[in-house]
Amino acid sequence: MTFATGVFYAFSVVLIVAAALVVTTRNPVHAAMWLVLSFFSAAGVWLLLQAEFLAIVLVLVYVGAVMVLFLFVVMMLDVNFDTLRERFKSYIPVALTVGALVLGEMALVLLGGYLGGGAPPPPAAAGYSNTKVLGAQIYTAYAYPFEIAAMILLVAIIAAIALTHRKRRATKYQNPSEQVRVRRNDRLRIIDMPVEKPDGS
Amino acid sequence: MSYLSQPTLAHYLVLGAFLFAISVVGIFLNRRNVLIILMAIELMLLAVNLNFIAFSRFLGDTSGQIFVFFILTVAAAESAIGLAILVLLFRNIGSIDVEKLDQLKG
Repeated sequence: MTFATGVFYAFSVVLIVAAALVVTTRNPVHAAMWLVLSFFSAAGVWLLLQAEFLAIVLVLVYVGAVMVLFLFVVMMLDVNFDTLRERFKSYIPVALTVGALVLGEMALVLLGGYLGGGAPPPPAAAGYSNTKVLGAQIYTAYAYPFEIAAMILLVAIIAAIALTHRKRRATKYQNPSEQVRVRRNDRLRIIDMPVEKPDGS
Repeated sequence: MSYLSQPTLAHYLVLGAFLFAISVVGIFLNRRNVLIILMAIELMLLAVNLNFIAFSRFLGDTSGQIFVFFILTVAAAESAIGLAILVLLFRNIGSIDVEKLDQLKG
């Protein structure tokens, strides 16, 4: 048993256990924490596969940003999570059936030819940089999809803000376009009235 | 024992299959809680990404890793919008129960 195999099995066991706890734990804050642990172990497995850049991105983007977002939302919502789990036990049979079906189908696919194994390709040379190779590919062959990905992120930002933004009616604010469009008649009223004379006649 | 000599492609594919099956089970178990369903979707994407990276390594083609990069982008956008919808849902019906989402009477 080589060192790499030991590391693989260690990370895999942690990953599977953490994933199982994500979907079964009672408290959603704990679920988010177990999800963080499973992302960390997945990053470890990816390092073993020599995808260093993506492993770091997984930790930075997922653990650093997305999971913090999840935690914010969990803590912001004042939901009674126990009522959501009332019929949890009654869902177990159908869930296990579907899970076994998915696993069985995947086993059929894998047994069809992938389980033979085969030695992994030799590790990369000393000067090889995973980040450099990915960067070179992204900015040449995949430049256009890369721009579209940036666009998707922009749309996501705008959509998230537009969905959750609330106009506060209590605050006082200026509306420049209304101010520019104002006419004299909106502000000024000229009244016809008889001249007041000092002697009162 | 060949399974212990060196992690092969099959090791990673089996791990991905287990992870995917766990998240499918999770969606069925927590089918009333939108929050956990979103987390299970994240786990599913993780399993898919694991398969992509394993194939990329064993076939010697970095395009798989670039695809994972794009999947991560889309998944981040998806979870941001999903959580925004969740917050909006909670604000409007005071619950995140899927079974209370029956206003459309579909």
